[in-house]
Amino acid sequence: MIPVMLGVVLLVFSMLYFSPGDPAVYILGDMATEEDKALFREENGLNEPFFVQYMLYVKNAVSGDFGTSYSTKQPVFSEIMSRFPTTLKLASLSTLLAVIFGVGLGVLSAVKQYSWLDNVTRILSMLAVSMPNFWLGLLLILLFSVQLGWLPSSGINSWQHWILPAITLSTGPAAAISRMTRSSMLEAIRQDYVRTARAKGQKKRKVIWKHCFRNAAIPIVTTVGVNFGKMLGGSALTETVFAIPGLGNLIIDGIKVKNAPLVQGGILFTALAMAIINLIVDVLYTYIDPRIRTQFSAQSAKKQSLKKVSSNA
Amino acid sequence: MSNNTQTNKSWAEHETILEIKNLHVEYSSDDKPVYAVNGIDLEIKEGQTLALVGETGAGKTSTALAILGLIQQPQGKITQGEIFYEGDDLLKLKDSEMESIRGSVISMIFQDPMTALNPVLSVGDQIAEVITLHEDIDKESAFKKAGQIMEQVGVPGERAAEYPHQFSGGMRQRIVIAIAIACEPRILLADEPTTALDVTIQAQVLDLIRDQIARLNSSMLLITHDLGVVAENANEVAIMYGGEILEKGSLADIFHDRAHPYTIGLFNSLPSFTGEKERLSPIPGHVPDPTQLASGCIFADRCARATEQCHRSKPEVKEISPGHLVKCFFPELKGDAKHE
Repeated sequence: MIPVMLGVVLLVFSMLYFSPGDPAVYILGDMATEEDKALFREENGLNEPFFVQYMLYVKNAVSGDFGTSYSTKQPVFSEIMSRFPTTLKLASLSTLLAVIFGVGLGVLSAVKQYSWLDNVTRILSMLAVSMPNFWLGLLLILLFSVQLGWLPSSGINSWQHWILPAITLSTGPAAAISRMTRSSMLEAIRQDYVRTARAKGQKKRKVIWKHCFRNAAIPIVTTVGVNFGKMLGGSALTETVFAIPGLGNLIIDGIKVKNAPLVQGGILFTALAMAIINLIVDVLYTYIDPRIRTQFSAQSAKKQSLKKVSSNA
Repeated sequence: MSNNTQTNKSWAEHETILEIKNLHVEYSSDDKPVYAVNGIDLEIKEGQTLALVGETGAGKTSTALAILGLIQQPQGKITQGEIFYEGDDLLKLKDSEMESIRGSVISMIFQDPMTALNPVLSVGDQIAEVITLHEDIDKESAFKKAGQIMEQVGVPGERAAEYPHQFSGGMRQRIVIAIAIACEPRILLADEPTTALDVTIQAQVLDLIRDQIARLNSSMLLITHDLGVVAENANEVAIMYGGEILEKGSLADIFHDRAHPYTIGLFNSLPSFTGEKERLSPIPGHVPDPTQLASGCIFADRCARATEQCHRSKPEVKEISPGHLVKCFFPELKGDAKHE
């Protein structure tokens, strides 16, 4: 996890460093004097060589200081934290929707393979996966806000405001989850243990959920995790379309003015969120599949015994 | 020979518990139907073991699955026939009625213990599942009972919380057997129960199955291609080939007075342990194409005795001695030279 973080910081850092544009100009505006700009660069350490800046950033970041936003003069960390709850709320809501629809439709189309329901689901999910979600967002606004006037188009002032963004954001993941669910359920349904369970007199539906679904769950959980992690980083496009003050919007604003500390902090945070989600997913694996559990415990047992041997020696 | 035959009662005197009449099973693959089972008649007798012998693809497993109503849907279907248990045609029962029979009255031991168990559920849970389905019992007591049943099949009961991957193949087959006998079924369908196991384990598992059905006084349909297993376990034998039953009779009928050319060929292709070093004589040709229905005798193409009549029309089933049925125009009867 730590090497990943260092890599992410290096990558983002170099991209911002080498991309054209002077933050001093963006932040202070065209009217600023040369002295002001020079002072700004001096204050923010922008005159230092690349590696010195990088090392300094990493050193500060390790001690919990992610720098100060150029535009607001606030610590980056508190900027991110002020936006994160909004993003978390949207991500959770969308993931919930995606799981309900994705898993439900995926299981149904696996059980009724090649039925009309399966065909419709497959076509819809193909569409949903390929559709850019900002476009879907715009279409939804056109229909529900402009034409019908049922739902608000931007902001987060009431629960109605969350509906369109959540639908927009969840469509792609729901489609991905349903496709993954369908294929792994199809595989599970063909296994011999399904016949064993049926031979016990178990009902079809219970066999599907009790026997097949748990076996099919690992790739599904992975897909859910990956998508949730992505959303936690803030969904720049959806947030922009619906004017939601989330993490994605914050980073986009930062990029526009080359607010390097903010962008770095935001992306580092995103990477961290992704890494944590992956860790949680890995832990979930051991709950789902006892074979992975045994592997882990065998490994730790080995380590334990090695420790014992070395301490005895 | 099995213990059951020592009662000196011929198999024909036992009550019929399950009767299959004119069963046809078809699978559709790429628009081409595969005829797996083509009009077989079988009776399973109370407390007796019927061995269903045949090569791979003869339709043995399809027959067993048809009894349980578990033919793979939607590719496979039973196109004709009846399967009677206690006066009911199992093929006409509702799903829920069939579910209450599966696992409690008729249960099945599967061929491959490595895949027959669910890898993510503990073996105790998997045994307890069948108990809770058919008995009025809470989960905890069912799990306890599962442990006791494991002891009966020779697996320590305290391992009930472990998962299939923590067991060896032989142990897993014991678990599969435990699931099958947990509700004391009257009929056990054993589909090549030892084929996937090491030779050293095969005998143990067969002994276990035999002991258990003797204890429960259950009947068994033993599917196998191993004539040694048949000799050890069966009372009655049916020889299946290309979806048809070519010969059926008591163990003695088949082992001493076999009459169908296919059965004879089957025995001639076995190595002898009496010391004579003869070449084995395999049956020439291949098993018939299951996508084509034969107009004549299914075995005619490979049969040395076949005449034009055999190719043209299907032979009727003849009873050459009480209970000994042969589906052949020219069976080798007693007195004919059989073992050249």
